[in-house]
Amino acid sequence: MVINLFSWIKRLFKKKKKAKIGIYGPPNAGKTTLANRIVRDWSGDAMGPVSHIPHETRRARRRGDVIIEANGTTVTLDIIDTPGLATKIDFHGFMACGLEEDEAKRRAKEATEGVIEAVKWLDDLDGVILVMDSTEDPFTQVNVTVIGNMEARNLPLVIAANKIDLQKASPARIRGAFPQHPTIPISALDGVNTDQLYKEIAERFG
Amino acid sequence: MSQNKNSSQTNIQLDFISEDKLAQMTPMEKIRMVLDEVRSGKIIVLERGLTPDEEAKLIEMTMTEIIPDEFSGIEIESYPTKQNTSFFRKILGKNTTQTRLTVIGQANQLTTIKKDRDMITAIVTK
Repeated sequence: MVINLFSWIKRLFKKKKKAKIGIYGPPNAGKTTLANRIVRDWSGDAMGPVSHIPHETRRARRRGDVIIEANGTTVTLDIIDTPGLATKIDFHGFMACGLEEDEAKRRAKEATEGVIEAVKWLDDLDGVILVMDSTEDPFTQVNVTVIGNMEARNLPLVIAANKIDLQKASPARIRGAFPQHPTIPISALDGVNTDQLYKEIAERFG
Repeated sequence: MSQNKNSSQTNIQLDFISEDKLAQMTPMEKIRMVLDEVRSGKIIVLERGLTPDEEAKLIEMTMTEIIPDEFSGIEIESYPTKQNTSFFRKILGKNTTQTRLTVIGQANQLTTIKKDRDMITAIVTK
């Protein structure tokens, strides 16, 4: 295996500092559930509310100084829970979830602003945890775009293959789709396999 | 919408844009061209696609143009990018992203059925 020698030497001599890590993914992949899980596990608090209606998170939320200890490594992270990325937002979809038209339109407007905010954060991160729904097709444009941006910037990326508590989940499909990046099967809701995720976070972002 | 009436049929225009044409355009020109063409009802096929950064900017611009009941966004499908991972580029820590074919249309016109690393299956509706 070819080693990125330059990056390795740079990391070896660089003083460890705080890393800004964005939690990205499509709407309803479980980003805020995972952000809540991480922050609760390591600082005893929560980041934001979750909902079955897509685009519940419409403003990026930042939690600073989250210290994670795993595998003998300690990392200090600023965690940014970003709004779900999408290429289309139709208020009719929110009406189908039971919202009134005015409320659905307002949510759609805020969701578009949230997507813009999430895209802008990509320029200011040290790494990304990309949350994918293991029950869904992994080759979505959102996943392809986020991974492409991290690779182009040569920044670390960890894929959290979420919702393995569901019967249809297939984290192996995600691993097969993006074999160049570490993929950790988890259930953010139940906390399954999060220890493995923390080890990977400590290794990649430390 | 760019649909040509031909007896009882309604056609949808597909524009195939070459790598050479895209190479002559700035990122903003590409994004503006894609959005204008797609909003006029065309399906755009880019031979070499957009860079990841351009894709992100296209998503951003699309969000600013969404209008309820008029334009709900785009369907964009591209294959995962490839990295040029020659030994010397690895040593220097420089990656070159190889972009790949990309199909873009209005969200209510283009629907992806299936997509994997090397194949996109989609349907186009009126």
